[in-house]
Amino acid sequence: MGQIEWAMWANEQALASGLILITGGIVATAGRFTQWYFGAYSIAAGVFVCLLEYPRGKRAKGTTMERCGQKYMTTVLKLFGPLTRNYYIRAVLHLMLSVPAGFLLATILGTACLAIASGIYLLAAVRGEQWMPIEPKPRQRPQVGATIKQPPSNPPPRPPAEARKKPSEGEEAAAGVSAGGPQANPIPVTDEVV
Amino acid sequence: CDRWGIPAMMFLSCLLCSFPSFHLAIHIIAHLFNFHRYSRSRQATNGSLASILSSLSHGEKEGDSWLNPIQSPDMTVEYVTFTSIAGLTGVIMTIALILMVTSATKFIRKNYFEVFWYTHHLFVFYIVGLGIHGIGGIVRGQTEESMNENDPHKCAESFQKWDNHDSDCRDPQFEGHPPESWKWILAPVILYIFERILRFYRSQQKVVITKVVMHPSKVLELQMNKGGFSMEVGQYIFVNCPSISLLEWHPFTLTSAPEEDSFSIHIRAAGDWTENLIRAFEQQDSSIPRIEVDGPFGTASEDVFQYEVAMLVGAGIGVTPFASILKSIWYKFQHADHDLKTQKIYFYWICRETGAFSWFNDLLISLEQEMEELGKVDFLNYRLFLTGWDSNIVGHAALNFDKATDIVTGLKQKTSFGRPMWDNEFSTIATSHPKSVVGVFLCGPRTLAKSLRKCCHRYSSLDPRKVQFYFNKENF
Repeated sequence: MGQIEWAMWANEQALASGLILITGGIVATAGRFTQWYFGAYSIAAGVFVCLLEYPRGKRAKGTTMERCGQKYMTTVLKLFGPLTRNYYIRAVLHLMLSVPAGFLLATILGTACLAIASGIYLLAAVRGEQWMPIEPKPRQRPQVGATIKQPPSNPPPRPPAEARKKPSEGEEAAAGVSAGGPQANPIPVTDEVV
Repeated sequence: CDRWGIPAMMFLSCLLCSFPSFHLAIHIIAHLFNFHRYSRSRQATNGSLASILSSLSHGEKEGDSWLNPIQSPDMTVEYVTFTSIAGLTGVIMTIALILMVTSATKFIRKNYFEVFWYTHHLFVFYIVGLGIHGIGGIVRGQTEESMNENDPHKCAESFQKWDNHDSDCRDPQFEGHPPESWKWILAPVILYIFERILRFYRSQQKVVITKVVMHPSKVLELQMNKGGFSMEVGQYIFVNCPSISLLEWHPFTLTSAPEEDSFSIHIRAAGDWTENLIRAFEQQDSSIPRIEVDGPFGTASEDVFQYEVAMLVGAGIGVTPFASILKSIWYKFQHADHDLKTQKIYFYWICRETGAFSWFNDLLISLEQEMEELGKVDFLNYRLFLTGWDSNIVGHAALNFDKATDIVTGLKQKTSFGRPMWDNEFSTIATSHPKSVVGVFLCGPRTLAKSLRKCCHRYSSLDPRKVQFYFNKENF
């Protein structure tokens, strides 16, 4: 269980809670239930939570699947620095946001779900997790120069013992048999036509 | 065929998730409006029909013939929700369902399986809640006798006069509808309990580990025996190791052929459980951990044996069921099994790098040797395609071009780099077998399935007596 990133589940739960808050809020407002203004609050809170939670954070290990179109909100979230990075702040924020919706039956489900999300975020924060933005990796253009292999700088293994330099690296790829240091070949080297 | 890729289960879970969630939303919204109206009726003082109906008796000596569950004007809908069985179970069920849904998204399931697995056990609360949800009888209907004394068509207009002695209409009596949800869930719950008992019984059968092989790149092979176990090619089993985790069962494709004495699986390190399992078996000093096995599951890929010519394509980890299939085909061929119609196999193995599949490599080498001994080198034609190549590897290969065995795999057939050009492959096979029926079997990604299916259509002859390619949809 050591590799569980609780924040990832908290994120899914919070996103769902946002949607539930919006739905409950719309029902309460449209139906003009008693104290329906809590419903109006719930819609606003739900939209805020959805926007906050939409960009998925980067996983500690492995690649992370982005949500469709999340890069716009990612840039916004990055601006707030530690406020959005820190999960303690998110836990407290969600808990506070969920309270007013608890006064209305139509939105109390949103309260419960957001409170649970807040609890999971608290767990994530205690375990030191952080929200890291998913950055697009810069595409590496193949350097034309690097793909050209240098021709062997040493002649085939005939040891002129005096002027010996260190043998060049990477000969195995294209250069063929390595031109080693001064050596006596144990078996005669013949030129094979490939 | 990958760790959790059981297509039917995935389809079902998609259906089971979205369909009830949508209807649950409708159900809850309907109750919200309903309770709102009850509350307003209870608070109405204008002597309207609604307020009179609301004030019908609660617990009087005639029994509770009430209609409005909100018993007094001070009572809030929230209070009634949390103090009635229906309301409380409704809230618990809904929260359980939401937690199950959010922990079961593909992202969470793929990367943090334990979160999904353990949270999903909340289904117990959901089902139990569903069973007792309607016990309180909050949804009320007029009783039969009351319908005789107070027919709504006749009496609804004259509701102010119901109390009068000479009125034809008496106060209507209501009773709760009996709970009905249990009728829907009884049969599935019984089936489920029966299945769990059966699986528990089967898993208690002793599993004897006959051989443990540690392959390179952290692949563990376990050969086992279990009383009453019989398998077909392409099936999988669930494995549990109590010393690592009591509750977790993980699926593995069987890599042995049915003709062998014991059954085997190859386990790759791909997460907490598998890494712990491999570590437990690596320790030579302590005793071998106990293993429980459930299965085999999955449809058998018997069709493979029915085709004269078989094109088998395994991509990445999808190569695993083909270990079983190739071994079985070879056994049947050696023993001239009449069930085997296959005369020629074209096997395509596509992977990024062979590291984790060196055990499969060894299998191919040994098959190659056996075929040589029998003088049947043509039976199996296999090609390996490395899609994760770089200039170093290619240079190396170019260097060793005229060696007899491939430098990467040690096999007689040379490794190709990149992806197969399916048009070439299909046209070559069509030319070599102009009158045969060719079965194409794939275990791999959906995009590959699409290309193969297209090629099957393109290269199947219009003349039914000539070459026909059949793409088999089984995704093992």
